[in-house]
Amino acid sequence: MIAIKNAAVIFNQGTVNENQALRDINLNVKEGDFITIIGSNGAGKSTLFNLIAGTITPAVGSIHVNGRNVTREPEFKRAQYIGRIFQNPLLGTASNMSLEDNMMITYRKGFKWLKRSLNNKMREYFCSELVQLKMGLEQRMKENLVMFSGGQRQALTLLMMVLSKPALILLDEHTAALDPKNAEIVLELTDKFIKEHKLTSMMITHNMSHAIEYGNRLLMMDQGEIIFDVAGDAKKELTVEKLIEKFHELRHRGFENDRALLSE
Amino acid sequence: MIEAILVEGLIYGIMVLGVFITFRVLDFPDLTVDGSFPLGAALMVQGIMLGMNGWLALLIAFIGGVIAGVVTALIHNHLKVPNLLAGILTMTMLYSINIRILGNRANVPVLDQETLLSDISNRLSGIVPDEYILLLFFVVLALIIKLLVDLFFRTDLGMTIGAMGNNEQMIISQGINPKTLKTIGLGLSNGLVAISGAFAAQYLGFADVGLGQGIIISGLASVMIGEFLIMKSNKIGVLTLCALAGSILFHAVMYLGRYYGYVIDMTPNDLNLIKGLLIIVLLIITQARKFNMATFKAMVQK
Repeated sequence: MIAIKNAAVIFNQGTVNENQALRDINLNVKEGDFITIIGSNGAGKSTLFNLIAGTITPAVGSIHVNGRNVTREPEFKRAQYIGRIFQNPLLGTASNMSLEDNMMITYRKGFKWLKRSLNNKMREYFCSELVQLKMGLEQRMKENLVMFSGGQRQALTLLMMVLSKPALILLDEHTAALDPKNAEIVLELTDKFIKEHKLTSMMITHNMSHAIEYGNRLLMMDQGEIIFDVAGDAKKELTVEKLIEKFHELRHRGFENDRALLSE
Repeated sequence: MIEAILVEGLIYGIMVLGVFITFRVLDFPDLTVDGSFPLGAALMVQGIMLGMNGWLALLIAFIGGVIAGVVTALIHNHLKVPNLLAGILTMTMLYSINIRILGNRANVPVLDQETLLSDISNRLSGIVPDEYILLLFFVVLALIIKLLVDLFFRTDLGMTIGAMGNNEQMIISQGINPKTLKTIGLGLSNGLVAISGAFAAQYLGFADVGLGQGIIISGLASVMIGEFLIMKSNKIGVLTLCALAGSILFHAVMYLGRYYGYVIDMTPNDLNLIKGLLIIVLLIITQARKFNMATFKAMVQK
């Protein structure tokens, strides 16, 4: 469905600060895939997402969606079919607007015209969807989102993104800024929604056990390259130890990400 | 005295609604206002001089304002110019354009002309006491415009514009081009400012290229006074009402300054200084309020 061909991303090209963030990336995402991505800081995970989402364009190479070349398509156009959730829970929703207004804006993608769609029927629909989050948010439709916790806002962003039916979802460490309890809730919701709606998804995580537990395919990145790509049964047999061993075998150095080790 | 304050407050209140849209809803500090206000005045006055229908001249003034706003948006969006500078560019260019519109003159009087306002006064005289005609008209006009603005920001499009001012990334993630929304918002805002300018010219009896000088500061001060009146609300109807009330209060203060300022040896030349100081004082009070709220909350939690 999504194909990245020989893509490279170079920051500050031609200066002393030149930094090759991604080197010759080739990746094929099949429909229904749930890919988890791990790697230490600076490995290029977020850059890969920026590349897919259209925030940056590659120096060389191309990106194809269902056979269509979208390399030059701007971010807002690709957002029509790509849903993305960031680490910062504030980025998905508007703080100074009520919950129902936020849902009105996000439940459907694309430009909106001069009509008023928010009516009691929509409100009922939103309430019935909010019940799934089991956070009691359906009682707080008129409250401003500033009053909500990070976990609630991230769960909300997730729900609204699912309602807009994207072809691909990108989860950029979307639970990293939440406390452990909320992170667990949001992650379980994510897994539930992905299974229920058969969403094609990619998830960056710093937690190796999460990367192993969820999804059907795992990518390990280092220094702008995908160094390890495992799917299906081979992925099911993985353990954190095996992953660290694999990294050592491939790169001849330790997996020096204490955060990943700590959060096993 | 009180009618004069209210009428002025309401005429400029339409401009304040425009400033409210850019500064508060769009989060785009737009200085085009200093040029689009006299642009509205110039287009209106020139329309009157050409013997045009008053409402048609008003429509042209509105469209002129919209174009001014759109130009600022285009400069900002496509040339990657910071928003403040984009506004200043348009404003500077408008100064020359306004003189052109006024027929290479800096000031054109319309005191002896048949204007929209004098027409309305003639029609209503006898039905409404003469001194209240203008007040009645502007109360109705300002309320209609306020309600239209409220209505606009309750539509899906209006809500997305509001959300963009809050969180641009969210709008991009929704598959909407924020540049389009900024263009619409700036156009609308400056259209309102031009309407305000058109009425100000008729009320004052002339159009002058200097009419807009520092108007953005008056607008901002009015918005801030309005916000100061009422605690935070997320209802657009309340916010626009605050903007109008803020404009009236601001003009009350300015009126007092103009007519009774001599008591403390103040001249009309000091008004701009007073406007600036007013904004600074309001900022300080708002900061202090926030600080107090925070310390208060901390104490309650302990």
